[in-house]
Parts: sequence; structure tokens; C-alpha cells
Amino acid sequence: MDQLTRSDMNSTDRTAAPSTNVGFALRRLFRTSEALRGYILLSPTLLTMIIGLAMPLLVLFTLSFWIQEYLDFIRTFSLKNYFDFFHKPIYGKILFKSIRISGLVTLATVLLAYPMAYFIAFRIQRNKLVWLILITVPFWTSYLLRVFAWKIMLGYNGVINSGLKSLGFITEPLAFLLYNPTAVVITLAHAWAAFAILPIYVSLEKIDRSLLEAARDLGENAFMSFVRVTLPLSMPGVIAASLLVFIPTVGDYVTPSLVGGPSGIMIGNIIQSMFGKALNWPLGAAISVMSMLTVTAMICLFLWGTHSFRRRIA
Amino acid sequence: MKTGRTWWRPDGFLVYAVAYLVFIYLPVLFLPLFSFNNSKYIAFPLKGFTLKWYQQMLNSPSMLEALMNSIKVGLIVALLSTILGLMAAKAVTRYRLPGRGPVISFIMVPLVIPEIILAISLLILISQADIPLSLWTVGFSHLLLCTPFAMLVLVSRMEGFDRSLEEAALDLGENSWMTFWRVTFPIVLPGIVASMLLTFTISFDEFVLAFFLTSTDATLPIYIWSSLRFPTKIPAVLALGASIFVISFFVVSFAEWLRRRGVKMEATSRI
Repeated sequence: MDQLTRSDMNSTDRTAAPSTNVGFALRRLFRTSEALRGYILLSPTLLTMIIGLAMPLLVLFTLSFWIQEYLDFIRTFSLKNYFDFFHKPIYGKILFKSIRISGLVTLATVLLAYPMAYFIAFRIQRNKLVWLILITVPFWTSYLLRVFAWKIMLGYNGVINSGLKSLGFITEPLAFLLYNPTAVVITLAHAWAAFAILPIYVSLEKIDRSLLEAARDLGENAFMSFVRVTLPLSMPGVIAASLLVFIPTVGDYVTPSLVGGPSGIMIGNIIQSMFGKALNWPLGAAISVMSMLTVTAMICLFLWGTHSFRRRIA
Repeated sequence: MKTGRTWWRPDGFLVYAVAYLVFIYLPVLFLPLFSFNNSKYIAFPLKGFTLKWYQQMLNSPSMLEALMNSIKVGLIVALLSTILGLMAAKAVTRYRLPGRGPVISFIMVPLVIPEIILAISLLILISQADIPLSLWTVGFSHLLLCTPFAMLVLVSRMEGFDRSLEEAALDLGENSWMTFWRVTFPIVLPGIVASMLLTFTISFDEFVLAFFLTSTDATLPIYIWSSLRFPTKIPAVLALGASIFVISFFVVSFAEWLRRRGVKMEATSRI
């Protein structure tokens, strides 16, 4: 920090006499090269990210080509882990299931959030901030406890079972509510709700209201002006919301562990076990690399899909 | 908004909005409910009111230590990530940088990568470098996660204010350091406060990175995670959760009150 500010000061301190030629040249460089000064200011952040992000991902990629032997690695290039990944169907199946679960979560979250965001953006004239705060308050609770709350809701002696029992609909608690993929979808859709509402709300709020009036004046009915004006213009928010929900939930570890049961296992649990009980870091690394590639491919597909959808309706 | 009134009755949306609020509030409201329930089992029917779980919470040294650990890590991470975010935000908004787009995308990568993958990559690097796992490694991982958020908040604040104010200060003979302290910093201050609150919250609630990158020192989420397996410990955890909720409510209200006062002062000083 100190060094940076001094270089910054040098650049504007025009009265300082050059002590040496090198110093003079450096000072001139600072003064003239905006890019250099910018990058110097940026360098601590960039360095942190290189050490903490680029290097670990590189090491992860390298490790995926090594082989675990007891507590050590065989450090020669091998494709064994990738063969394992493709030959044991369980990994691919669970990865596919994780993507399906996250896809459902994303769909549910965005579909549920859109009318709510629309309501705040278009129907609430005053106190929009109060509504936005009202939506974020439940999310101040710890993520773990929010997930745990669904155990209380869906559990054997939970809210739903007790409620149905006291109303006389059932005599024995329903055991199938918890510990399955549906419970994972519901819990995740609840846990990530705010992440969907806020971006959609922002993109709806930005829409120029006169465009809607123009559409109505030109004879579109309310529904068609929504489909042809509001919806396409809010797509950036919908896309951001989808990515904000989809990407983190694919790798979620907490929710499937707490409410998923054996049938609700997701790829995060597999990766964790490779670094824990199963103790096969290289295979875990290969599964992670494959997950990242698959998620990236899904995102590209999604972006391409929304792009062509937007062109068609606009 | 008059145009929307004719399709859908206005009540339809309001009903939906209320139903949605019930959906997001209902599960969460059962947590404080069970923190007052006189039974160690989290199940219906309720067994009567008690405060003993709050007492147990105050008498649990391991829980309080985890809480302190989380606060320490959170404060350091909030401070450092906001400094890194501020420097990066100034660099990308105030200088013409070649390769600005790719650099910003690179810094934002932690936002679009599943946390578990970030966690294991860091675990591999740290173990290969023979660095012992501790709260410092947890803090470092949180720094990576929080810096992009800090930068996003601060970039929007930096873009929002008039550059000519800084130029005026420079023209009037302030050097760039003093310009930063006397012009930029006060204007960006609300952004800095927002960034600190956001990054502290993220770090405070972060579980997966801490789960992989700590050894024996637990952060609060790690403590909660391990108690969720022991039913007898859960009510005290719920009591702590409820207490944290109430405290954060007051902190956020206080911050909002400060912000409003700041806005008012800004408005009057302009006149």
C-alpha cells in the first residue's frame, strides 16, 4: 500500500528533482503510463487471486493426472482417474443427478421469484426498500440452520406431519417427506430465494416505463406487452439469477448431507468423500475437473438457449 | 404504474407476495420457536417455555470460542478484502487499463465456481506446500471469496461519483494521497461500510471452505455442523442462532440509520 501511494505521489510531484537517470526515467514512466500505474494499484488484488485461485486450480488439474498410492501420490502422468470416471457409471450418474437437481432448483427459484420481483418493481410505489429488506431478513439466519429448518418442517415429528396428524388427515407420520431428492430441491429453492429475486428486481426496475405505454398505445394487450417488452428486457436479470443459483447449488454439500438421504446424494458429497473417507485425492480432483467442465458446458448451452429465445420473442 | 392495472386484478399479486413471504419466513421462524421449547428433542408437540438453552449457550466455552474465531476471521477478512477491493475498484474505474475486461473476469471467478471445488483446490495447494491448516488458511480462502464482492460494491460506488471532484482537488494542489483521503475516501465511505458488512457476513456464515481448510480450531458454522449430529446440542445452537439474528437486526438498523443521516448531511451540505 505504502509503496503504491508513493509511486502515485511521484507521478504528480512535478517539482521533485531527479536524483539519478534511472529514477528520472522511472518517474517519467509512472507519469506517462496510466496503464502501469493502474496495474501497480491492481497488483495486490491480482497477486492474491493468482496465488489463491489460478495456482490451486492448476494444481487441481495436475493432481487429476496423478495416482493415489496409500498416503502418497505417484507423480507420473496417467489418465487412470478419467478412465475410472467414465467406466464406473456411478460418478457420471451422480453428476447428472446433481445437474438435474440444480436445474430444477434454478427453475423453481426463478419462476417463484419473478412474480415477486415484478410485484415489487411495478406494483409497489412507496417503501420498495421495506419490501426488499423484508425479503432478505430470513437470510440473515445461518445457512446451516436454514437447511436444518427443513428437517423440522419435513421430519418424522416435524411441522407438516404434526399438522396433518392434528387435523386428522393421517394417523401415522409420513416418512417419505424427508431424505430424498425432492427434499433437496425444496430446501435449496428456499435457501437461495433471495439470490434470484434481487437481480430480477434490478433488471425490472431499470425498464423504461414509457416503452410499456408505447406498446399499449400501439395496440398490444397487457399480456402481449409483457411477453414482448417486459420479459425480453428483464432477461439479463433472469440469466444472472439462474447462474447465481445454478452454479453454487451444483456443488452444494450441506443440503444433500442433511436432508438428501442416500437417494439425494450429489456430486459434492462424492468429492468430499474422496478427500475424506475414501482418500483418493487424484480421483476427487478428476471428478472436480469433470464437474467444472460439465457445468461450464451447461452454462454455455443455457446462454445460447436464452439468447435465441430472446431473439425470437423480441 | 397505471398500465398494469387492467390485466390481473391487483389483489392477485398481493396474495402471491404474501404467500411467498410465508414460504420464506415459515421454516426459519421455527428455529427460534424451538430455542424456547422445554425439550431437547426438536419435535412436536411443544413442551412448554424455557430459557435454559440460552443459559446453556452462555455456559458452553467451545461454542463461544467458535463464535470468537468466526468474529476474528470475519473482521480481518472484511478489512483486507475491502482494501483489496478498493484498490482494484480504483484501478479499473480511474485508469485506462489494457486488458481490463479479462482482468475483471479473472477476479470475479470465485463467484462462478462451486465453493467445494475452490475448497479442495486450496486444500491440495496448501498441503503440497506443507502449510499447516489453521484459521489463517480459512481466512485466506474467505479473502478469495469476499474480494470479488467487495470490488463489485466499490466499483458501483466509484462509478457513481463525479470524477471532476478529484480532478479539482489535484488542480488545487493536493497530492494524490491527500486527494484520496480528503475527497475520494469520504465519498466512497458508504460503499466501504457496505462492503465491510457484506464481506463480514459472507465470511461469518461460510461453511464449506472452513470445513476443508481448518484443523482443530472451529469457526461457528463448523461448530454448528458438528452439533447438528448430536441432538442434545441443537437447542443451544438454535438459541445462539436466534441471538445472532437479533444482534444483526440491530447492527443493520444502525447502519441504515447512519446511511440515512449521511444522505441527509450530503443533501444539506450541497445547498
